[in-house]
Amino acid sequence: MLDLILTGLSWTLIAAGSFFYVVGAIGVLRMPDVFARMHAAGISDTVGAGLLIGGMMIEAGLTLVAVKLLIILLVILFTGPVATHALAQAALHSGCIPVLANKKALGIPVEEAATRQPFETVPKRKRKAKSGSDRKGGTPSKPS
Amino acid sequence: MIFAVAAVAILIALTLAIVRALLGPTIFDRALAANAVGTSAILLLSVLGFLTGRPEFLDVGILYALLNIIATLAVLKYFRHGDLGHAGEEEEEAG
Repeated sequence: MLDLILTGLSWTLIAAGSFFYVVGAIGVLRMPDVFARMHAAGISDTVGAGLLIGGMMIEAGLTLVAVKLLIILLVILFTGPVATHALAQAALHSGCIPVLANKKALGIPVEEAATRQPFETVPKRKRKAKSGSDRKGGTPSKPS
Repeated sequence: MIFAVAAVAILIALTLAIVRALLGPTIFDRALAANAVGTSAILLLSVLGFLTGRPEFLDVGILYALLNIIATLAVLKYFRHGDLGHAGEEEEEAG
């Protein structure tokens, strides 16, 4: 009975790990920018690999195989962020501009209609002073 | 049976990473894809160890996990300095 439960648990973990691994790889392919792709690769490295190796460790039981799998998982978990940080710093130093960067604040010339800027800040419009409006509670603010 | 599913999923992820390595407009896309291919290889080795019943593949996996990070950092150092002979010194110009 316990055997059945452990096998079911390990199958679930391996299935979930495979799903997240493929999701991370699809993200590496579809993301619009090199920095966003590093985020997607991090999903594969942590959640995908972690669940896969966790499922395999339960399948292996308390043997040397489980210890070796744990060592592989620890190395992947420690070296993944190191590689991501080094890549991101190198990309930033060599001039890659993130898609979500506030290009006006950074002073970078923007090609119209060529780059996506979903979070670019819009200058706030001044509210026109209404004559004779002394309403208590204030007027509702205009959405900028 | 579940290990066959896991192996197929890891192979799909490997293929997608190779497509990104071929497509990527910058070299950092390609370096990232190479790192992802390395991690896929490690996991594929572990799954194959379970499929064939040989736990010796895990030792190869541990070694390659250590080599993968060194390879990524060496490639990035080569891109930055032009050769591999520089220790991590500070840049004189403002970064």
